[in-house]
Amino acid sequence: MDWLTKFPELGRTDLRDFRKSIDQGFKEFTRAYGEDIESFFEPLLQFLIWLEKLLLATPWPIFIFVVAALAWFASRSLRVVIGSAISLFLIGFLGMWEDTMSTVSIIVVCTILCFSLGLPVGIVMSRSDRAQAIVTPILDIMQTIPSFVYLIPVVMLLGIGKVPGLIAVVIYAIPPMIRLTNLGIRLVDKEVLEAADAFGASPWQKLVQVQIPLALPNIFAGVNQTIMMSLAMVVIASMIGVTGLGQPVLKAISNQYLAMGLLNGLAIVALAIIFDRISQSYGKRLQSHRGGQNE
Amino acid sequence: MSDSETKIEIKQLFKIFGDHPEDMLEKVRGGVSKDELNDQYNHVLGLSDINLKMPAKGVQVVMGLSGSGKSTLIRHINRLIEPTTGEVWVDGENVLEMDEKTLRYFRCNRASMVFQRFALLPHRTVMENTIYGLEIQGMAEKDAEKRAAYWIERVGLAGYEENFPGQLSGGMQQRVGLARALATDADILLMDEAFSALDPLIRTDMQNILLDLQQELYKTIVFITHDLEEALRIGDQIAILRDGQVIQQGTPQQIVLKPKDDYIADFTKDINRGRVIQLKTIMKAPNDKSGPELSAEMLVEDAAQLVTESPSSQARVTNDAGDVVGVVGINDLIRAMARPDIESRLEEL
Repeated sequence: MDWLTKFPELGRTDLRDFRKSIDQGFKEFTRAYGEDIESFFEPLLQFLIWLEKLLLATPWPIFIFVVAALAWFASRSLRVVIGSAISLFLIGFLGMWEDTMSTVSIIVVCTILCFSLGLPVGIVMSRSDRAQAIVTPILDIMQTIPSFVYLIPVVMLLGIGKVPGLIAVVIYAIPPMIRLTNLGIRLVDKEVLEAADAFGASPWQKLVQVQIPLALPNIFAGVNQTIMMSLAMVVIASMIGVTGLGQPVLKAISNQYLAMGLLNGLAIVALAIIFDRISQSYGKRLQSHRGGQNE
Repeated sequence: MSDSETKIEIKQLFKIFGDHPEDMLEKVRGGVSKDELNDQYNHVLGLSDINLKMPAKGVQVVMGLSGSGKSTLIRHINRLIEPTTGEVWVDGENVLEMDEKTLRYFRCNRASMVFQRFALLPHRTVMENTIYGLEIQGMAEKDAEKRAAYWIERVGLAGYEENFPGQLSGGMQQRVGLARALATDADILLMDEAFSALDPLIRTDMQNILLDLQQELYKTIVFITHDLEEALRIGDQIAILRDGQVIQQGTPQQIVLKPKDDYIADFTKDINRGRVIQLKTIMKAPNDKSGPELSAEMLVEDAAQLVTESPSSQARVTNDAGDVVGVVGINDLIRAMARPDIESRLEEL
């Protein structure tokens, strides 16, 4: 009855060899393709650095003004505008302006990436049940696997720096964009689609003229979620060399600097609220000019 | 209408819903009923051996209660639904053999559709909805807007061009649906319970708009409804559908005066006959008494008033050429309206 009490596990040496061969394989892969992959991401890195420099070079009143203008355009609410301006000013006043600019630039780049990758994937998913069956579990994994686990191969491949950090953030933040695009398109009224068919619309015309416009509120909810989740990754990304508000937090953890951690953490929260209000109220306004829907 | 040319002809059309419709076809042809098919084989018989000829430039009504297959039938004409087997000929072309491109051309240029629940694009204004079909046709925006403006005006929505459908009442939304369909200039108009979702008053309004437009447009209209009153009012030809089968087809008079079975008779017994029966159906041989001259196509209800005012209590009935072909007296009119058994008088129908 030995087999009942003792788990039939792989022998210790076998197990070590098994792990070793995986590590070895990946290392060889890194050696062979690491540079190619790095140069593939080079333009992205350049763009990120350019944006960060641009934001840092922008005089602070102009930046605050631009954010306030964006908030006004998106929400038409004075409360959001004033709230955004004041919190940005406080962030600068408390000496976190530069880190905030770094964080904003990585969030912006990450959002652009998630949008331009997530939208087409979501569309493909919405058009084919098979694609949905394949992509859904991958998204589940991306959302639940501890971020540290995929940081390992990313760092092995690309080293420490901004690009691996960006990739880690995108992996974590892209699933809601894909899911909500898929959902939004699938929820489009079947009768409206039938009407499009009845008027002879091609699949492309249906997508561009009917499905995407009607899915926009959901797609925007996806963008909003993506921004929130990438902000949540700021601290973890800073562990692999992403500059920004995450690094002081990390420093504060290892040195028990309570005030420093709190201030930088609150700055992240402030950014999150500003981004959230702006993107959410824009999504809501997209819906509102449709009038009262069908009575 | 019997001698006019046929625009749409449906031949031996079957539609069975389920996993193996082809296998069920033999059983249905062999006489398995809709209920049996449902209970024993778990397939739904949508349409069974439909043969219909729809007249060009006329209004063909397909009437049936819910589940009779009428909406399924109309969707076969522009092939939104593929049949299990059968043929749908439009202008000598089998719609079911068209390739994808031809079919799309057919849908955007030759047959447009109006839907029960409007199916407008909620994110587009009235104007943008109306030009939708023209956009797909590839018409330049200026021309499209010009034409759309004309149709918006014709359906009585001028001034609402920039409103969104969500801001309009049901009746107004369906006017947009009608304008959208008319704007494509297709000569076939498919109307799937187009007015069923509207209030009775608005429905009559929309029927009037449609009949007025038809006076000058002469489209071939296929109109689906579950309302016999509506069917009799707008139909030149009516086909009655039950359980996926056509059980009677004919003119409104034929349906009302000679219902084929109890099912149809049950429908027609509460109908105001005065609004269906024409003078030529009930007139008698001409006599030499005087009276106003009325058209043979005039409805009994309309004639009643005029005949009452005539001193001789009768009217002379004239054909298209103006010759007197018969007379009707006040008693004939009353008898026709009072739903007695008048079949015996209708041999010549």
